[in-house]
Amino acid sequence: MIKKCLKSFYIGLVLILLYAPILLLAVYSFNEVNTIGTWGSFSLVHYQKLFGDPVILEMIGNTVVLAIVAATLSTLLGTAGAIGIYYSRKTVKTLLGGASQIPVVNAEIVTALALAIAFVTVGLDKSYFTLVVGHMVICTPFVYLSVVPKLKQMDGSLYEAALDLGASPSKALFKVVLPQLIPGIISGFMLAVTLSLDDYIVTSYCKPSGFNTISTYVYNATLKGNAHTAETLSSFWALTTIIFVLIVAVVLVMNLTKKPDGRKRNET
Amino acid sequence: MAEHIIELVDVSKSFDDTLVIDHMSFYVNKGEFITFLGPSGCGKTTTLRMIAGFDLPTSGKILLGGKDISMLPPNKRPVNTVFQRYALFPHLNVFENIAFGLRCKKVINTYENDRGERYTKKEKLSKKEIAEKVKKALALVDLEGFEKRSISTLSGGQQQRVAIARAIVNEPEILLLDEPLGALDLKMRKEMQLELKEMHKRLGITFIYVTHDQEEALTMSDTIVVMADGVVQQIGTPKDVYNEPANTFVADFIGESNIFNGTSAGDRKVRFCGKIFDCVDDFERNEPVDVVVRPEDIRMCAPEIGMLRGKVLSVVFKGIHYEITAQVGRYELIIQSTESRDVGDEIGMNIFPDAIHLMKKKYTKNVYDGVITKRNTVEFADGEFECDVTQLYPGSHIDEEDYLVTAEGERLDLTGVAVTVEVGFDDIAISDEEGAGGAMGHIISIIYKGDHYRIIVRTEENEEDFVFATADLWNENDYVSVIIPKDKIKLTLKHAEDRK
Repeated sequence: MIKKCLKSFYIGLVLILLYAPILLLAVYSFNEVNTIGTWGSFSLVHYQKLFGDPVILEMIGNTVVLAIVAATLSTLLGTAGAIGIYYSRKTVKTLLGGASQIPVVNAEIVTALALAIAFVTVGLDKSYFTLVVGHMVICTPFVYLSVVPKLKQMDGSLYEAALDLGASPSKALFKVVLPQLIPGIISGFMLAVTLSLDDYIVTSYCKPSGFNTISTYVYNATLKGNAHTAETLSSFWALTTIIFVLIVAVVLVMNLTKKPDGRKRNET
Repeated sequence: MAEHIIELVDVSKSFDDTLVIDHMSFYVNKGEFITFLGPSGCGKTTTLRMIAGFDLPTSGKILLGGKDISMLPPNKRPVNTVFQRYALFPHLNVFENIAFGLRCKKVINTYENDRGERYTKKEKLSKKEIAEKVKKALALVDLEGFEKRSISTLSGGQQQRVAIARAIVNEPEILLLDEPLGALDLKMRKEMQLELKEMHKRLGITFIYVTHDQEEALTMSDTIVVMADGVVQQIGTPKDVYNEPANTFVADFIGESNIFNGTSAGDRKVRFCGKIFDCVDDFERNEPVDVVVRPEDIRMCAPEIGMLRGKVLSVVFKGIHYEITAQVGRYELIIQSTESRDVGDEIGMNIFPDAIHLMKKKYTKNVYDGVITKRNTVEFADGEFECDVTQLYPGSHIDEEDYLVTAEGERLDLTGVAVTVEVGFDDIAISDEEGAGGAMGHIISIIYKGDHYRIIVRTEENEEDFVFATADLWNENDYVSVIIPKDKIKLTLKHAEDRK
């Protein structure tokens, strides 16, 4: 009995530590006052501000568009890379497979600095293009990582079977191999989107001046600490809450839709 | 003479540096059911994959109907494959799986235009044609009405049938089957064997079947190609291969057999188990031969009237027959009979001439190329052995500085001299202990010869074989040391000029 109590207490503690800060923010996003710690009254004033400020809206738009563009390109590149590396000869496979993981283990600041220097060296001014390239550098290895296990799970003779039935190599790839990889490609894409959405370091090194994403904007706002930014900052409580609710919803939907699929697999 | 639909001409295949197929040549007749049979790693699947086009031969040619197709990609070959694990497309349903090949196909249709001119067009099959063909194929494998089912809901046997339907719907000239029944249980397998055979008759196309199951091969095939070590051991009808195996490997691999060392006594007589028997094969007098007697061909009788007399060592009930092991002198014989005996009974045994099959010996002695080292040892077969180098020069001896002094008093340094090394079958021993002998290798074959085992140990690097007889039973694939006593290594100089 005591053991059982301790168990639930422990789980409760971990959950509280994990989610209390976010929940606190969520509660205060409905506060009338701008400062944390003093409770005015319940109001939606922060939400009003959030959706009323064109600068903030444009920045949110920037972030989302960038995430989708970078994630789409990374997914294409990462998937093609995974297939290419998987079917390479052994030495090439280990070499390229290892090389593709360097951005994952490398400190992001190093990647960011290196990118910035590389752009200068080849004479590229910081632009939307360099920003997308920077994001692709961070995202692509993760797409690769989520596609490769699907390739390994796939029955190796599927591709051969397609060729055997008269399909050209490209047709076999698109009609038979790719469909087996779709779950990996989707999760790779999702991963890329989230990585790109909250990236600060690479973004700040690669972005053109005057262009802001949520993270660079928030960072700069907290840095300057002037009265105006304190005002805008409070609208981010609202934004954070919305993002959090959205993510909870997405995770719930994904888990709920997955369940019947998993059960079916157990039956057969 | 039947038309050769597939012909392999001196085909070799290596992966990296390992030779998997070693100069293989044979042909397949149009319309026959041919089986590649052999233990795993013998090259049978690689041969099939080369015919399908998944692997390309390193050298040699593969001819299809006389045309060289060695380098043609698989999608351009008129062959279809049923894979070992079926390789059905899991994202497509049964109908789409079977229709896959049809959708890839283009046929040439002839039309007539308004002015009566005829012209041809390469077209895809129409939806209706595809649906009809799929329906027919499904009917052929007894899966009518399964079109909409998803692959994951099918049992192993049903998946197997879909795989066959998917291949034959394309009307290939040759159907390749790579151990297609391996994943099924025994009863299902037997049913499918007969069904496949029936299907072969009905379709009239060539079937090339790969299996390691000798019974399956005997049941289904018109022709069996027995392979081992990337080399064809024997090609023949199931009857030929069973009754007249070409060598001890085939005799041992296919069916149960008693294999003995024998000596031809000339004039259709052979000596083995200490007796002389009449037989139907003629060999030169005193030529050593391998003798094969199938267990079901040994007839038991009263002890007094049998050609052989022995004592029953064990009796095992096998369902259709009893398997009786009898001791005759120092030999053990296996007998299959519907009659039982008790352990310890004295029995007589008769073996009639047509039950005795003689085979030319493949291995008669171990011969290697060797080199003498600084220490007056000899290096051969990936190993180094102590030996007596004085046998190279009669009357010679070794002085205190390890030079060889000939009878004439000449001092010779033998380092690097090439020699031919000969070792007898009874002069090799093996040990589990690493480094106990001069070379190391894996046991690749064990054949029981009545009173001893004939074992072949193969070294790793250059794949040199040691063939020898031993009374002890070892396990295949054991990694062992090869021990040869110093005085049993027979050396001869290779070149006359070395004699200087």
